[in-house]
Amino acid sequence: MSPKTLYDKIWDAHVAHEADDGTCLLYIDRHLVHEVTSPQAFEGLRMTGRTVHAPDKTIAVPDHNVPTTLDRAKGIENPESKIQVEALDKNATDFGIHYYPVSDVRQGIVHIVGPEQGWTLPGMTVVCGDSHTATHGAFGALAHGIGTSEVEHVLATQTLIQKKSKNMKVEITGKLRPGVTAKDITLSVIGATGTAGGTGYVIEYCGEAIRDLSMEGRMTVCNMAIEGGARAGLIAPDEKTFEYCKGRPHAPKGGQWEAAMEWWKTLYSDDDAHWDKVITLKGEDIAPVVTWGTSPEDVLPITASVPAPEDFQGGKVGAAKRSLEYMGLTSGTPLDRIEIDTVFIGSCTNGRIEDLRAAAEVLKGKKIAVKRAMVVPGSGLVRAQAEEEGLADIFKEAGFEWRLAGCSMCLAMNPDQLSPGERCAATSNRNFEGRQGRGGRTHLMSPQMAAAAAITGHLTDVREMM
Amino acid sequence: MDKFDKLTGVAAPLPLINVDTDMIVPKQFLKTIKREGLGVNLFDEMRYDDDRNEIPDFVLNQPQYRDAEILVAGDNFGCGSSREHAPWAIKDFGIRCIIAPSYADIFYNNCFKNGILPIVLPQDQVDVLMNDAEKGSNARIEIDLEAQTITSSDGEVFTFEVDSFKKHCLMNGLDDIGLTLEKAASIRDFEAQASAARPWV
Repeated sequence: MSPKTLYDKIWDAHVAHEADDGTCLLYIDRHLVHEVTSPQAFEGLRMTGRTVHAPDKTIAVPDHNVPTTLDRAKGIENPESKIQVEALDKNATDFGIHYYPVSDVRQGIVHIVGPEQGWTLPGMTVVCGDSHTATHGAFGALAHGIGTSEVEHVLATQTLIQKKSKNMKVEITGKLRPGVTAKDITLSVIGATGTAGGTGYVIEYCGEAIRDLSMEGRMTVCNMAIEGGARAGLIAPDEKTFEYCKGRPHAPKGGQWEAAMEWWKTLYSDDDAHWDKVITLKGEDIAPVVTWGTSPEDVLPITASVPAPEDFQGGKVGAAKRSLEYMGLTSGTPLDRIEIDTVFIGSCTNGRIEDLRAAAEVLKGKKIAVKRAMVVPGSGLVRAQAEEEGLADIFKEAGFEWRLAGCSMCLAMNPDQLSPGERCAATSNRNFEGRQGRGGRTHLMSPQMAAAAAITGHLTDVREMM
Repeated sequence: MDKFDKLTGVAAPLPLINVDTDMIVPKQFLKTIKREGLGVNLFDEMRYDDDRNEIPDFVLNQPQYRDAEILVAGDNFGCGSSREHAPWAIKDFGIRCIIAPSYADIFYNNCFKNGILPIVLPQDQVDVLMNDAEKGSNARIEIDLEAQTITSSDGEVFTFEVDSFKKHCLMNGLDDIGLTLEKAASIRDFEAQASAARPWV
């Protein structure tokens, strides 16, 4: 047999039909659903008299619109958001799919709930009407975002019409230096390849620095594969993966676990597998980074200064000019002198327990020097665990708001938004114009760096606090 | 789905790279449970000021581009979120074809599901058509999907590539769920074989 990549292996195990031109029906093992990209799909099923093909493999949770304030039991104020969440309540009941409503302690961001509940397992195909579905690739699952028409297609057929992507290997060799995190890896990779560098590819992240990451860190890395343009990001499963999955509510048990392990252990790229593109970064060369512009590729080490448009070429010259104007920044300003109004810790990128631990470690015994700061745990269970570990008290004593779980200010569909000109240190994934609120200015970074900025009131090299 | 075969129309120039889906349709308009009516919110934050007045400089607010049916744009168009609201807004505005050097993967697929043709051309050819689009409403660009050609207002012809299955669906306005359900037996066979091999799934 010819050598295969991990992506080749998962792909081959899920082709339900292949046409002469290479167009395949790819079978989907897990379909995750949230309230924003699904109502039109369920409506489509109703209009055509179709049903959900595999309700047992379909899992829904509201996350984008939900309020994160402590009084949310009183309901959603915005009438449109309310209708969307109520539509999901109804669709979940009508079509008999698994559901975690707002009132359930297990509710949270769909990409945090899936792994937490053991729905996401190695070797699976996972889709969701959300680009950050790439997160689940951390388990060695082929996971990617789809549009609403494709949501409807998966609901009706449990398959997707797909053509195979190319294989890209991103290797991070050696060890990371202190203060450098999974977020710095994933942002640095995007900085190296550009936001379109991954277009047409599925990325497999590998190398010692990736192997050394926890499952939480690996999820952070894969989460932002989409920001590099890739269809999906993957990391081969290993003992850490199996340990994370074991005992989760929907993970296999007993003999089934043994059988699953036998297959999971074959899920790696063969030594002489073919790669269409290879990128290698040295772990020791990666620094704590922040973004300065309005694209995730606008990333630099915290020790650098705001670049000038003429530092770039082609269409990027105009884009950088526009970004700097939008961000209200002057070329040549050291990044660590940029003052911050607001700090947001949370999102499917960095809303897991390890992220909260890392931020709390920096914040312990300190007070914030920004106008407002909030922590939005990725799920009700993450929140409960953080309270049990005493992290919530550290955040509250520092001056952070301690919120309920949801997507919150990452995309600001709920009331958690920036005002025009408000500058935010955010642990989320996108710094696009208006992303966190019209006119809002976003700097992306790790939870440690966001915590450091909260304490000093400006972008800060967390290593100076260690 | 609406069929797409030929289109002759005004092309609006949007010479920006990395136009993201938050720009195409900001999040506050994703709260709808319908597919229609988003055209008025296409490029909302670039198109209107805080008081909802049109910003005259923005291309789609200029008289010659108000009825544009084609958009010429920069690299990596449609990057970011998977929101199909982006192509819904584009279509609802009246744009049926986009020409750019590259697209984000999910957005590209979403276009075909909504009767929109996203054409990939090399940068130098996009530059020619961008210049053409900048001439305004007198410059009408012609798209022929069957022949896979674009003809500029000066009569210059460019050819483009498109996946044969996607082309077939677009030209015939086919519902791909219906097509897939014709292969229900293959799906059932696969399920039987997969549940024997991987019963834990």
